[in-house]
Amino acid sequence: MAHGAKTIQQDEFHLPPGSRWQRLPAIAGALGLAAVGTSFALRGGDPARFYHSWLVAFLFFLSITLGAIFFVMVHFAAKAAWGVVVRRLAENLAATVPLFLLLFVPILLGLRELYPWAVPEHVAHDAVLRGKAAWLDPTFFSLRAVLYLGTWSLLAWWYLTLSLRQDRTGQAALTRRMIALSGPGLIVLALTVTFAAFDWIMSLDPHWYSTIFGVYFFSGSVVGAFATLILVAAALTRSGILQQVITVEHFHELGKLLYAFTVFWAYIGFSQFFLIWYANLPEETTWYLRRTEGGWLTLTAGLAAGHFVLPFFFLMSQHTKRRRGLLAFGAAWMLVMHLLDVYWLVMPSYLEGGPDLHPLDLITLVGVGGPVLAVFGLLLRRHALVPSWDPRLVESLGLENV
Amino acid sequence: MPPLVPQFPPGPYYGVLARFAGPRELYQACERVRDAGYRRWDAHCPFPIHGLAAAMGLRGSRLPWIPLVTGLGGAAGGLLLQWWVSVKAYPLVVSGKTLFSWPAFVPVTFELGVLFAALGAVIGMLALNQLPMLHHPLFRSTTFERVSDDGFFISIESWDPKFDAHETARFLERLGAAAVELIESGDRD
Repeated sequence: MAHGAKTIQQDEFHLPPGSRWQRLPAIAGALGLAAVGTSFALRGGDPARFYHSWLVAFLFFLSITLGAIFFVMVHFAAKAAWGVVVRRLAENLAATVPLFLLLFVPILLGLRELYPWAVPEHVAHDAVLRGKAAWLDPTFFSLRAVLYLGTWSLLAWWYLTLSLRQDRTGQAALTRRMIALSGPGLIVLALTVTFAAFDWIMSLDPHWYSTIFGVYFFSGSVVGAFATLILVAAALTRSGILQQVITVEHFHELGKLLYAFTVFWAYIGFSQFFLIWYANLPEETTWYLRRTEGGWLTLTAGLAAGHFVLPFFFLMSQHTKRRRGLLAFGAAWMLVMHLLDVYWLVMPSYLEGGPDLHPLDLITLVGVGGPVLAVFGLLLRRHALVPSWDPRLVESLGLENV
Repeated sequence: MPPLVPQFPPGPYYGVLARFAGPRELYQACERVRDAGYRRWDAHCPFPIHGLAAAMGLRGSRLPWIPLVTGLGGAAGGLLLQWWVSVKAYPLVVSGKTLFSWPAFVPVTFELGVLFAALGAVIGMLALNQLPMLHHPLFRSTTFERVSDDGFFISIESWDPKFDAHETARFLERLGAAAVELIESGDRD
């Protein structure tokens, strides 16, 4: 009705040749490589700090790509139409995940600095760690990491490849294949994300355990992914790209999902805290005791307020979600909160007294983020920004919320 | 406003009802009625038409404020209730925790917030729509029965400042209405 006369040319689906976005891979790649070099040069001064900072940066960016894989698959599982116009952005984001096989190398180098169970002398004197030695074994740990990252890479590349094939052939059968894999794929993703969170984050404090921990990491990841999608879509449309394609209606939908997962994160985070607080078992409470003492209490309270209470009210109204600038601000805020959340998960096992900022925190962030953004930028440049022959594209273009 | 007694325009006429051929005609007519400055009118169709709200110039609903207030009230009430029970009325130390053990109160506070927000949304929606409504003057029109089948209608109510039985009917005819009729008020018979 209202959009009956809208016509969109196929070439609007590509980055224009003169656009600033064309330079993203070069700039992000150069900055990233410089930061990787600098951080390795600074590693000697404080190796433990370097590895912890690297782990935070690694998990922060990896979680965003995992959230993007989740969005792509859940979009197919639900046979959704609304998000087709932003699905390629998520597919590209997800397809950066093979890079993390390389970015994982510093973590393998720093196993002994990061994980108490990787130090044999330590394990010898610790009955609990001896009991967990079969699982928390450096070789098995490395193989599992390759398995997780390999599985995600396969899922992400399979979806991007089929989606790109549809750009050329227009076959609707490809959509049916992508729908068929999405259910089993989501189960595989849920299991691998859970075990990866156990391996990489929970085992920093190897005595401690929480069965809901994987869901907690997942919930924050999806917040990060939607925040990133909103920011990318807002930046693209702001520079005049896809302006007719990604409309206020799509931002509204993305905003709703960002809001929903912000609440979901709080729900899971509180559920984990609540049971441990109630049972009050010493082997479980240590993790929270560390995070509610000294400077860490400030960050814990700050996360409760900044990652839940404030965005709960800020993102509640559709007035926020239907204004690109306001929503982008909310998304940027949530992305910073997600970074703080990852920092809060990792750093307390290293910094006992409380959070403190180290130059390496920022340098490793650029070191991991730079290459990821460079690959993302290359994918944006190389392929159409929208799945141009998706059978539901027209429905997505005409989306109306009200 | 007493319940179950909906408010209708005073006077002999409820308003003018016009039937249009299809969704496109209805949509375009709505834009014209909106632009002509009518305020108390409505569109009726068998299925939702995307964008019709904008074509009618409808402003955002006041409804969201009701569940916001009732939800926050429910949450505050839930927290207050638990504080009163656990700290004032019957202080009891449970598993060595303080009397005001706020984490234990979160589930009930949350659930009462959700419950009262949901009740506020449903009851507020009914109240703003004057529902339940047992009869409506538009149901006097036999043509209007087609609204649940293939009829697309605009009704302009007589308490609209611009309303004039003849002028408004002529205006709707000029917009391309397939049929226009004057609807009498309910309380005249």
